[in-house]
Amino acid sequence: MDKIRESLLKKSLASKIERRGKAVSLFCLALIVGVVFLIFYFVASRGLATFFQNHINLWQFLSGTEWNPGTTGANGQPDVGALPMIVGSFLITILSALIATPFAIGTAVFMTEISPRRGAKVLRPVTELLVGIPSVVYGFIGLQVVVPFVRHTFGGSGYGILSGTFVLFVMILPTVTSMSADALNAVPRYYREASLALGATRWQTIYKVVLRAAIPGMLTAIVFGMARAFGEALAVQMVIGNATLLPHNLVSPASTLTSILTMGIGNTVMGSLQNNALWSLAMILLLMSLVFNLAIRYIGRKGKLNNER
Amino acid sequence: MKKSRVIQLLGLIVIGVLVGFGYTNREKTNAGQSITAVGSTALQPLVEAAGEQYSSNHAGVFINVQGGGSGTGLSQIQSGAVAIGNSDIFAEEQSGIQASKLKDHRVAVVGIAPIVNKQVGVSNLTQQQLIDIFTGKVKNWREVGGNNLPITLINRAQGSGTRKTFESYALKGHASADSQEQDSSGLARSIVASTPGAISYVAFSYLDQSVQAVRVDGVRPTETNVRQNRWYIWSYEHLYTGQRPNQLTKQFIDYVLSPAVQQKLVKQLGYISVHEMQVQRSAAGKVTAVK
Repeated sequence: MDKIRESLLKKSLASKIERRGKAVSLFCLALIVGVVFLIFYFVASRGLATFFQNHINLWQFLSGTEWNPGTTGANGQPDVGALPMIVGSFLITILSALIATPFAIGTAVFMTEISPRRGAKVLRPVTELLVGIPSVVYGFIGLQVVVPFVRHTFGGSGYGILSGTFVLFVMILPTVTSMSADALNAVPRYYREASLALGATRWQTIYKVVLRAAIPGMLTAIVFGMARAFGEALAVQMVIGNATLLPHNLVSPASTLTSILTMGIGNTVMGSLQNNALWSLAMILLLMSLVFNLAIRYIGRKGKLNNER
Repeated sequence: MKKSRVIQLLGLIVIGVLVGFGYTNREKTNAGQSITAVGSTALQPLVEAAGEQYSSNHAGVFINVQGGGSGTGLSQIQSGAVAIGNSDIFAEEQSGIQASKLKDHRVAVVGIAPIVNKQVGVSNLTQQQLIDIFTGKVKNWREVGGNNLPITLINRAQGSGTRKTFESYALKGHASADSQEQDSSGLARSIVASTPGAISYVAFSYLDQSVQAVRVDGVRPTETNVRQNRWYIWSYEHLYTGQRPNQLTKQFIDYVLSPAVQQKLVKQLGYISVHEMQVQRSAAGKVTAVK
C-alpha cells in the first residue's frame, strides 16, 4: 500500500525526462533569441554612433553621393554619402529578381504540372545542387566568363551592375524555383480537377487556375530570392567593380552595401568614424533584411486569408 | 551496478588521470607559450614563415598569425588584444591610433609599382602623368603616348596600406579619383591582366609576365633602386607592439630582424631587407641617408 502511494506521489522518470527536455529546448531557444538581440544591439550601437557621436546628418548619409570617410568634404563634414551603395544594392536586387522570376516560374511549372515525374527525379535535385555551390565559385565564374562577355557585348570595362545581375540571377534562381514549385504543389488537386472537368485545356488550367492560386506562395519565393540577392557579398564584390559612384548605366562600375563593407572593415580602426560609417551600412542591411522578412510574413498571411475565403 | 555505468566511470577516471598528468607536466614541456600577430595581409606571409621557423627551433612556442588588414592590426594592438600588430603603414598615418603608445619595429621594405594591361602600349610614365591618370584628368592612353584605349583605374580598397603608400609617394598626396576598388593584390593584378586599358599598382612580389610594370620618370621598379630611394614608391612593413612587449614577443621580433630571416626568408618572399636600405624614411615622409 505504502509503496503504491509513494510511487504515485513521486515524480516518475518519464515526467523528469520531459521536464529536462523542456528545459534544454527552452535554453536553446533563449540562446538563439539572445544572440539575435545581441547582434541587433551591437550593430545598432555602432551604426548609430555615426549619427550621435560623429554628428553626421542622417539625411546627408542617405542622400550623399561622396563616400570617402577619411576625408572632409566641401561642407566641412566627412564624406559619408551612402547613396551610391544603396542604389547599387537595390538596382542589382530588383534587376536580378526581375530576370530570375520568369525562368523560375517556368521551371517550376514544368517540374510540377507538365512533367512531375521527371521534375521530381532530375530537375529538383539539380536545382538543389545549385543552392549548395559556394558563392566564391559563382564569383570566380563571373570574373572569368561573365565580365569578359559583358565587356565584348555591351562595352565598358565589363564590371558593373549588369555583370552582378547576371551572377545573382544564377544564384537566386534555384531558391526561387524550388520555393515556387512548393507553392504550385500546395495548390489543392480539386482546383485542377474542377478546371479540367469544365473543359479547360492543360495550359488554361495552369495559367488561369494553378498560377493564380499560387500567387502568394510565389511572391514569397521572389522576396526570399531578393533577400538573398541583397545580402550576397562575395560573388557580387568580385564582378561589380566596387566604385562608390552612382551608376550612370548598367556597365559602369558600381558598388553595393555588402561589397563596400567587406572591403573596408579590415582597414579601419574600431571606434573611428570610418569604422562607424561601415557599421551604419551594416545597419541598413540588417533593417532591409527585416523588411524582407516582414514582407514575407505579410504575404503569407494574406495568402492564407485569400484561400480561406 | 550496470555494465554501462562501469564503462562510463572507467572513462571518466581515464580522462581525469590524463588531464591531471598533463597538468602536472605543463611546465616541463614549455607548452602553451604562444603569441598572436594580427593585421596586414601584405606582411602576413613573412610573419607566418618566420613564425613557423621560430616554432620549429623553439619547441612548444607557437606564433599565431592572422590577416584582417593593417587597420585591424593597429586597433587590436592598441586595445591590447594581441601581442603584435602587423601594418603596412605608420601608426601615425592611421586615424584613431595613438602612435605614442605603440612601439614600431620595421622588419622589411616593400616596393610598389604601377602595372598596366599589355595592350596599353606604355612602359614609361612621368610622375605628373601618373598623377593625371589617377586623378582622372587623363582619360585615354593616347594622351600619354599609348594606344587609343580608355583608361580604367583599378584601386585598392580605401584604407589599404598599399593604396596609402601609392597615394602619398607616387601621387604626391593627391587622392585618387573614385574608381573600381579591389581588396587584394592578386585580384587587382588578374583584373589588370584581363581588362584592356586597366592600370593599378601592386607590390613587387606580385609583378609577373601577365602585366606590364611601368617605369616612372625612366626609373625601373627594382630592389636596387628602392634601396637607394631612386624608386621612391616603397613602404616599411611594421610589427607594432605595446611599449613593454613580453619576453617572447621581444625574442620573436629579434629573430625576425636576425640575418637568418632577413638574408633568406625576406628575399625568398619578395620583400627587401631593412638592413640593406641606404636611406631611411620617417613617418612624416622625410628621407635621410643611413650612416
